[in-house]
Amino acid sequence: MNNNDFSVSQIIPSLMVADDDIDFHQYLSSDELKAIEHEVSIMETRESAGIEALKIVQQQRGWISDDSLTAIAQCLNISTAQLEGVATFYNLIYRQKVGHYVIHLCDSISCHLTGYEQILNVIKRHLNIDYGQTTADGQFTLLSNACLGSCDKSPAMMINGKHYHSLTSESVVAILNGLSQNLGDDHV
Amino acid sequence: MSNSHSGNNTANTHWLEQALTQALTKPLSHLVNLEEPLDFTGYVKAGGYVGATKALQECTPNDVLTIVSDSGLKGRGGAGFPTGMKWSCVPALQKQETSEAESTNASFNAQESSYLICNADEMEPGTFKDRYLLEGVPHQLIEAMIIASYTISANKAYIFLRGEYFLAAKLLQKAIDQAYENNWLGANIQGTDFQLDLYLHTSAGRYICGEETALINALEGKRANPRAKPPFPQVSGLFGKPTVVNNVETLSNLPHILKHGSEWFKALSPDSDPGTKLYAACGQVNTPGVWELPMGVTIRELLYQYAGGMKDGVNLKGLLPGGASTDFLTEQHLDTPMDFDSIGKAGSRLGTGGLIVLGDQHCPVAMVLNLLRFFAQESCGWCTPCRDGTPWAVEILTRFEQGTAKAEDLAQLHELCDFMWLGKTHCALAPGAVEPLKSAMRYFKEDFEQHIEQGCCPYESKLSNKEEKKAASYGQ
Repeated sequence: MNNNDFSVSQIIPSLMVADDDIDFHQYLSSDELKAIEHEVSIMETRESAGIEALKIVQQQRGWISDDSLTAIAQCLNISTAQLEGVATFYNLIYRQKVGHYVIHLCDSISCHLTGYEQILNVIKRHLNIDYGQTTADGQFTLLSNACLGSCDKSPAMMINGKHYHSLTSESVVAILNGLSQNLGDDHV
Repeated sequence: MSNSHSGNNTANTHWLEQALTQALTKPLSHLVNLEEPLDFTGYVKAGGYVGATKALQECTPNDVLTIVSDSGLKGRGGAGFPTGMKWSCVPALQKQETSEAESTNASFNAQESSYLICNADEMEPGTFKDRYLLEGVPHQLIEAMIIASYTISANKAYIFLRGEYFLAAKLLQKAIDQAYENNWLGANIQGTDFQLDLYLHTSAGRYICGEETALINALEGKRANPRAKPPFPQVSGLFGKPTVVNNVETLSNLPHILKHGSEWFKALSPDSDPGTKLYAACGQVNTPGVWELPMGVTIRELLYQYAGGMKDGVNLKGLLPGGASTDFLTEQHLDTPMDFDSIGKAGSRLGTGGLIVLGDQHCPVAMVLNLLRFFAQESCGWCTPCRDGTPWAVEILTRFEQGTAKAEDLAQLHELCDFMWLGKTHCALAPGAVEPLKSAMRYFKEDFEQHIEQGCCPYESKLSNKEEKKAASYGQ
């Protein structure tokens, strides 16, 4: 994993999942089930809706817990292990709890050549977290991301689906403070 | 070259008038509007869906194949394989060739159905050309996919979009919905017996999904390891059916080739490779960006005329001509035309046509380390040379940067390059990692040796001390 130096046990909290503890009809909400069945309907097999189903549940719950994984696997009629193989393959499926905002900082070549390391240091110091960690207040998680395709406006990062370009030490702090402020306002 | 306008009608009309003057010279990008992409009506007014109309109303699938083959269009995803040849391997088209006389008005449902997949999983580091088309003129891709699907007798098509392109996903879904509303998708398209359902699939972030057989596994909901070839996807692809996977930029040429003809397409370029290409530049240049230019523009023109030359007065150290997985080229190659053959002869690959430019104040070993970290992280882990070789190279390169590398480490890197080369791996990922590594050791040999001799990165003192101090002052 090079940059993301979390250990396997951190990434995959438990591989020993008891399938029969979960009934997906009970576990998944009717909205989730409806959205998953729509994805199934446009594919040839149930299993091919795997990524979409993981995304649907993650959208609702923030991350994919062991129970969510088991429920989705049941719903798609595949083994939990098979779905785990898919879920852990992708950068945007979170298999552990993440903060309200997930910072995906691009660490690929154009951002390297334009100094993303400096941005990384600023984020680390500002939030007091490293890659793979979440702030104590649960606001931010920091992850690296392969090339975001913003090479003409690097360094770049993505937070909850929004892309931020041409980052500077000043702008990244302003962005983080702004998001933190938004969250504070929502809670009032 | 973003075509911005304020959104009001006068500005809109003015922008469109300007854009249309470039319809014949910049077919791919003349309608790109990143501020406010054309909706269905706007796209039709600008001459859209004319190519698809011609294909569906006037051509048999084989006619379209002939036009595209004659145009000499080569795949723009990196490998440069002739598009017509790729399509011609689809069994439906081969059957038509043998029974041309009977199939004057081909009945699609009678034949074995194929799939078309648009590879929009743009994740090659330093590549952002497809995003430009996806976000700037989404209907062009929809029209292109209708033409391609008609040709290969596909009734279902998928856009495989990388998960991080949220804006493109929104715009594409809107364009798909509009195409359905206007009978360009669905049953009996424009009164013909051709039926096409087009779906948007968004991935969740993994480079290997851009490899066409890995992409097919991903679409099937499997772990996205590449498949062994043969069978090639054109024969047995998605769900075991004939499948064609084409890149966004490749497909986007189709409406224009149909509309203006293959001779026009060939004449677009003075070079042996026909058509235009979306070229790009990023890294240590003054004005990074993406530009549609005739095939065969020289590296020098691209770097100095379009990308504004080197940033902050640094000199050129080297560049990757087409994304992270291409060999370094240097000053001596600046007059090489950016086409498949010429770049190949210079010892690299055209790849995606996006320059990644390195200045002489930045450590080339650090750059290669960054590239190899990417490949090590994105290796699917299926075959040993890639799974073990790429992290091993990272480990050795890290020693170089830390100043603990020894002479035998350089020899070890050369040996690794051999272990990970074509024919020894399951797919092209590891050979793609070898290309920048091996060429860096050739062109920047002295830099590698200096790391060993000096016991540190010779570039480190020039750069990072300053930055560290600056960064520290912003933290907290």
